[in-house]
Amino acid sequence: MTPLSIGGLNVSYGANPALVDVSWNVPVGLTAIIGPNGAGKSTLLKAALGLIPHEGEIRFFGTTLNASRARVGYLPQRASVDWDFPASALDVVAMARTPRTRWWGALPRRERDAARAALAEVGLSALENRPIGQLSGGQQQRVFLARCLAQEADLLLMDEPLAAVDAATEREIIRVLQALVAAGKSVVAVHHDLASVPHIFEHALMLNGRVIAAGTVAEVFTPAMIVATYGAGLAA
Amino acid sequence: MISHNTLVVVLGCTALGVAAGAVGCFALLRGRAMLSDAMGHAALPGVVGAALLGAWLGADPRALPPLLLGGAVAGALGLWAVQALAATGRIRQDAAIAVVLASFYALGVVGLSVVQALPGGAQAGLSHFILGQAATMRTQDAWAAGGLALLSVVATVALFPRLRALCFDAEFAALQGLNIRRTDAALMGLILLVCIAGLPAVGLVLVVALLVLPAATARMLNHRLPGMLAASCAVGGASGMLGALISAGHQGWPTGAAVVLVGMAFFVAALLVRRS
Repeated sequence: MTPLSIGGLNVSYGANPALVDVSWNVPVGLTAIIGPNGAGKSTLLKAALGLIPHEGEIRFFGTTLNASRARVGYLPQRASVDWDFPASALDVVAMARTPRTRWWGALPRRERDAARAALAEVGLSALENRPIGQLSGGQQQRVFLARCLAQEADLLLMDEPLAAVDAATEREIIRVLQALVAAGKSVVAVHHDLASVPHIFEHALMLNGRVIAAGTVAEVFTPAMIVATYGAGLAA
Repeated sequence: MISHNTLVVVLGCTALGVAAGAVGCFALLRGRAMLSDAMGHAALPGVVGAALLGAWLGADPRALPPLLLGGAVAGALGLWAVQALAATGRIRQDAAIAVVLASFYALGVVGLSVVQALPGGAQAGLSHFILGQAATMRTQDAWAAGGLALLSVVATVALFPRLRALCFDAEFAALQGLNIRRTDAALMGLILLVCIAGLPAVGLVLVVALLVLPAATARMLNHRLPGMLAASCAVGGASGMLGALISAGHQGWPTGAAVVLVGMAFFVAALLVRRS
């Protein structure tokens, strides 16, 4: 069963259409969403997750988002939150377990262990008590990834997980994504670096306000499709 | 020795400070400081309107509960007006806040002059709502402030995981099934409650400082939210207590201003500690 199916999705900001009639079945595995700035990549994720007004049919695992909330994880862009917030790295990861938090904010031991395991998965165990404002950009991105992992979801929607991180962090994150897929999860990531697409991803959605192409990287990540998605300027 | 009246004022202001410290934490983290300022100012026409209505109905126009109820209604109306204006997309929220704050306040000032023209002393004490006068606090007002403090602390502790999730990353919290509108409304309700309760003692001009100063001070001294919340309550309570004591010892010093200046002193001290 497809983890996420999108049918006839339309989104507009005011009078400007951002996505027009997008229909797409997310494949199992590791998928990149690629397209130029303003192509609606983040918008597609947010609309699918019901975070912005939209028209169209969205089904997660053949049912509604509400019925499958626990199976869907999300990694927003790092810049979308205030990193000066008074919280430790472990606090942020533990927020993925908020529905299971006690009313005064303490976590049951099992939930705390799950949050610690997620931090260990991204190699940040030693920094669990570090205030998030004192982490480097790459470490903050890994904290966000750990929060996403702690949701223990079967489908993970990630908005630029590799944006503005150093090469070591990038390798670390890619390793985590591939481990997720090996464990049978599906990952969809908005991605910017065209050169690395064939090395990391199995599937791709080429997007520019509408679907240009969708399929395996070998099928759709071709010079002709890249021109169709980005315009002729980028075809090298 | 401290007289009974002074004791009532000191305890009342302490309780008010604790309440503002607790709620102010989340107001600050949610970026609602200026919105609280607008609510405080927007309360004035409601207070004046309630006094007019009371005079017209022949009730005691100086009874506090109807005046505060009027203030709360107008404050909520001001909040709605800000959000409705910003939602049009024609002006940004900061401009919407400025428009609402100034026009509600102007309406209140005009209303005050109308009330002053009335016979029967209906106007007595109304202008205290602008700068605050804690000396008029009676025993039952101090009890009410104590109840408010208890409610604020219990509510912020009970809602702690939700409020923290809302303030850090509202979209992520929404995805986990948190009702963002309801949680946000609960927070705005608590802010409104503290603003209105602070009006008689601190005044509408300064009530925003009661919310922001303890929280900002506590933020500088803490890297995690539970510690910040506790410190904010402590700083708020200490500001209320010391401010009330200082103002009791200096006839004519407005309590609200004294409380805010003590809070400012804590804030500056925390700034200096954090720098070194």
